[in-house]
Amino acid sequence: MDKVIVSPSPHVHSPASTDRIMIDVIIALLPALLVSFFFYGWSQLLVLAVSCVSCVGLEWLIARFLFKRPAVFSCTSALVTGVLLAMNLPCTTPWWIVLIGALVAIGIAKMSFGGLGQNIFNPAITGRVFLLVSFPVQMTNWTMPANSFVSVDAVTGATPLGLIKEGLKAGQSIGDILAANGLEMSGLLRDIGGSSGEVSAIALLVGFCYLLVRKVVKPWIPLSIVATIALIAGVFHGIDPAHFTGIGFNLLTGGVMLGALFMATDYVTSPMSNWGGVIYGVGIGLIVMMIRYFGSYPEGMSFAILIMNCFVPLINRAFHQKKYGRA
Amino acid sequence: MSKLTFSIGGIHPADSKIARERKIEVLPLPDRVYVSMFQHLGAMAKPVVAVGDAVKAGQIIAEPGGFISAYIHSPVSGTVRSIGPRKDLAGFMQMHIEIEVQGDEWAEGIDLTTDLVTSVPEDRDFILDRIKMNGVVGLGGATFPTHVKLNPPPGKVAECLILNGAECEPYLTSDYRILLERTDEIVVGAAIMQKVLGGCRCVIGIEENKPEAIAAVRASVARLGYPSMEVAVLKKRYPQGGEKQLIDAVMHRQVKSGGLPIDVGAVVQNVATSLAVYEAVQKNKPLVTNVLTVTGDVLAPDRQHNYLFRIGVPLSFIAQYAGGVPEDAVKIVSGGPMMGKAIANLDATTVKGSSSILYLGGKTSRKEEGPCIRCGRCADACPMGLEPFLLKSLYRAGDVPALEQNAAQDCIECGCCQYSCPSYIPLLDNIRMAKGQVMAVIRARNAKK
Repeated sequence: MDKVIVSPSPHVHSPASTDRIMIDVIIALLPALLVSFFFYGWSQLLVLAVSCVSCVGLEWLIARFLFKRPAVFSCTSALVTGVLLAMNLPCTTPWWIVLIGALVAIGIAKMSFGGLGQNIFNPAITGRVFLLVSFPVQMTNWTMPANSFVSVDAVTGATPLGLIKEGLKAGQSIGDILAANGLEMSGLLRDIGGSSGEVSAIALLVGFCYLLVRKVVKPWIPLSIVATIALIAGVFHGIDPAHFTGIGFNLLTGGVMLGALFMATDYVTSPMSNWGGVIYGVGIGLIVMMIRYFGSYPEGMSFAILIMNCFVPLINRAFHQKKYGRA
Repeated sequence: MSKLTFSIGGIHPADSKIARERKIEVLPLPDRVYVSMFQHLGAMAKPVVAVGDAVKAGQIIAEPGGFISAYIHSPVSGTVRSIGPRKDLAGFMQMHIEIEVQGDEWAEGIDLTTDLVTSVPEDRDFILDRIKMNGVVGLGGATFPTHVKLNPPPGKVAECLILNGAECEPYLTSDYRILLERTDEIVVGAAIMQKVLGGCRCVIGIEENKPEAIAAVRASVARLGYPSMEVAVLKKRYPQGGEKQLIDAVMHRQVKSGGLPIDVGAVVQNVATSLAVYEAVQKNKPLVTNVLTVTGDVLAPDRQHNYLFRIGVPLSFIAQYAGGVPEDAVKIVSGGPMMGKAIANLDATTVKGSSSILYLGGKTSRKEEGPCIRCGRCADACPMGLEPFLLKSLYRAGDVPALEQNAAQDCIECGCCQYSCPSYIPLLDNIRMAKGQVMAVIRARNAKK
């Protein structure tokens, strides 16, 4: 009786923990990681390793020596950022550029706001966008997917979205561009030139289903992003198929799947309520399509998520839970 | 009929009803009992006996100290040895009457037979008087005096009596056992309360994980044939047995913030209260016994028990009789693991609302608090639709007006938020404090009016 704990209720706790949630996210990314490893081989693994080690290491160093509060350090959360950053980079990215990306992601986007839970912008995307605008050559040097263990010579080339943008500028129609580059729908589900995490929509979906089953995320944000993109692409492509790409093409190319499933659903930088999530998702979909159809960049997922990140505090103010007995 | 449930929030903690198959055993009498004067909601009861008085079981030893208060009866026969302050289970000093047990003689006029009396008295005042004089209070947790709750203010009409057999707290099995072993008496008790409330309908709500109890009560209702009484199967979901949640589940109505169940035509009574009402009205037997579960994850299944105990028996006596406190118990709780009170003092006595001695071990519910990752699980879990993450931040910022605006005072302290938080943030600890501050502001404002 002299050793019992006395504390207020509740006296039991769910099995949930922050570390467990982060590990679930990493498990969910494994299928896509395996696919990218299959296509891009050891160079992909190197980018992943550099990204993870530098993210975790930097977070620890900052927590230990700048915050002087080691408790701020979250190994699993930094690991998720590391994995996501790696999946957003071409497999040919030099190690020092990856390190700079990690420094921006962890150092600026996350820790300068106070660490886990405090950041406004998605750390991995901030890192990627910083690298994209700083090192445009290295960051758009996309290796075409090929079984890296069979073919010896890696082929580099532009992404489908990049090809379309260039082709349209040159006055070609979409149909011609697609035919000239062998971008048939059947191939898009399987392998797409792009950052390593973007190559297989199916692998990403499998991982996301795991998160749904584990109740780590809700489907509303990805659904509203996908629905918005599909709606806009459907209307524009329906009106002018020669100048505007179609629904399937827009959903499966670029970072839409990776972004919608794993980046836009980041707890910290997305709205808390379900309806808030829908508004946020619609906003992302709108911005992506505006950038793709009318902007100068071929791809806009990263920018769209960062822009909508800014609106999250406002969205949280506008959408509250439905309260009991206060209709 | 499809299974009913409440519409906002809720969680699914592990059931852990380890003691569910253990039949109710009668706990023997100790040498001494300590009867608290503060075992109901409202004013403290006033002793009406003196040191040295001989008392019989069922004799009144304290009278109500106000309108919302209750009579208290001696649970044993013997001699009053002392009247004075003594520590309750949380360590607070409360007035207790100490009685040395001598024999087991009951007061006059109490029917101790087990024959079922099914005819409901016609006279409403007679029923209310019996309930009041026999000290019946709500046994679902709040211990609100039952005669007050069954007597709605003028202008308010009860449409539905909801009998709460949800027992949604993990581990607890006392309600389940009485639903199985005292089925008919509970059903008659419900019919009596229906009569008092002017013949409203009655719904007996039982969670789906108790199919035997559902079948037993359905059979009893059919056999006894009282009008407009039915059993509703509830989904297994916590806090299904919360008064506001149960009303939502059964009647699809929500009690307004600051309002009472009767405002939407509902009166909720626990099944154990129904049994107490039956005994008070049909047998003139005061509320001096109740059923309590001795259980826990560190207690071997064969050492788990459901006891019929005399109210006033020290917790330590029950613990000793049940084989002592298990070595690896880290926490001892009176009540369920979600809303029960941690026991600081096992020498404290049982009260009318005592429902368990729960030994919890190893896995503590508290770890060092991590940062909020804004996952929103607390808000998804809150059955009142509150945003615990927000209330926590507002409390820590000391913003009482914003706390009131965000309905901190609506919190029912069910613990769903803190249970769900992956960062182990003590959300309910904070919201309890916030609620206290907001209530103080509201009371001060009302006093000015």
